[in-house]
Amino acid sequence: MKEKDIHAEISSIRDLMERSAKFISLSGLSGIMAGIYALIGAGMGYQILQQIKGEPYRDNSLAIVELFILAFAVLFLSIGTCIWLSVRKAKKNGQPFWGTSSKRLLINMAIPLVSGGLFTFILIFHGHYGIVASSTLIFYGLALIAASHYTYSDVKGLGIMEILLGLLAAWVPGYGLIFWSVGFGLLHIIYGTVMHFKYDS
Amino acid sequence: MKISLDQFDKAFENRIRLQIMSVLVANESYDFNSLKELLDLTDGNLASHLKALEKEEYMQVQKSFIGRKPNTRYSVTEKGRAAFKRHLQALENLIKQQKIS
Repeated sequence: MKEKDIHAEISSIRDLMERSAKFISLSGLSGIMAGIYALIGAGMGYQILQQIKGEPYRDNSLAIVELFILAFAVLFLSIGTCIWLSVRKAKKNGQPFWGTSSKRLLINMAIPLVSGGLFTFILIFHGHYGIVASSTLIFYGLALIAASHYTYSDVKGLGIMEILLGLLAAWVPGYGLIFWSVGFGLLHIIYGTVMHFKYDS
Repeated sequence: MKISLDQFDKAFENRIRLQIMSVLVANESYDFNSLKELLDLTDGNLASHLKALEKEEYMQVQKSFIGRKPNTRYSVTEKGRAAFKRHLQALENLIKQQKIS
């Protein structure tokens, strides 16, 4: 065996170990799109808030329902785009989209995400609106960190930033929409762009 | 230059077997179809290599059913993990030796 052969052998082993354990069809573009949806959503949310002009939320159940629908629309659009682009990338690379690694990624991400969703729902139900943005950011960050073990490790960095932002949002109440736009909008676009140039070429 | 090859595992001389072991070492367990897709092999080819590794007791098989479809999962044994590590070490040593000479 020549040295070059051994190096090739070792790097093929490393590649297989990585590829079998991690889902690498995640597309940076889906991060950018999710960020854009979030910013548009935040803009529309801002208009809804302008209409009720600082009145307490509990007197405006219509505004709450509207914000709720808006948030879910952003969520579904983001997830839908993410799935669509991942399927496309997996097909291009000749990898299965629905396999061991994507299943593991989904389950591990869903646990903190669903608990966070339910927790946020309970917060709204009891009228603790001040920490809703903070709780969505923190739980989303935790979900990203859990997911990072099963996909590109860069996702972990984004998760940590979301958690820090969430804690900050809890510390300084009243700026929920701004923190939310930064966390779900700006950070997604920045991270998506970095990931796109790093992995999508 | 003389290279000692006695550390090299005969079971890993075949590249596909080494690839299968790489996947199993990195994962708790892996099923037949995912392995087939990942390594881009035919059923028969993969099965024969898996048989060989099983015979060496480097991995174990768990058979179960998901609905009516049979689901066969493979996982590495302690013996297999040790053998894989030894083999990698041997590869590394080989590189070192060649750098010195």
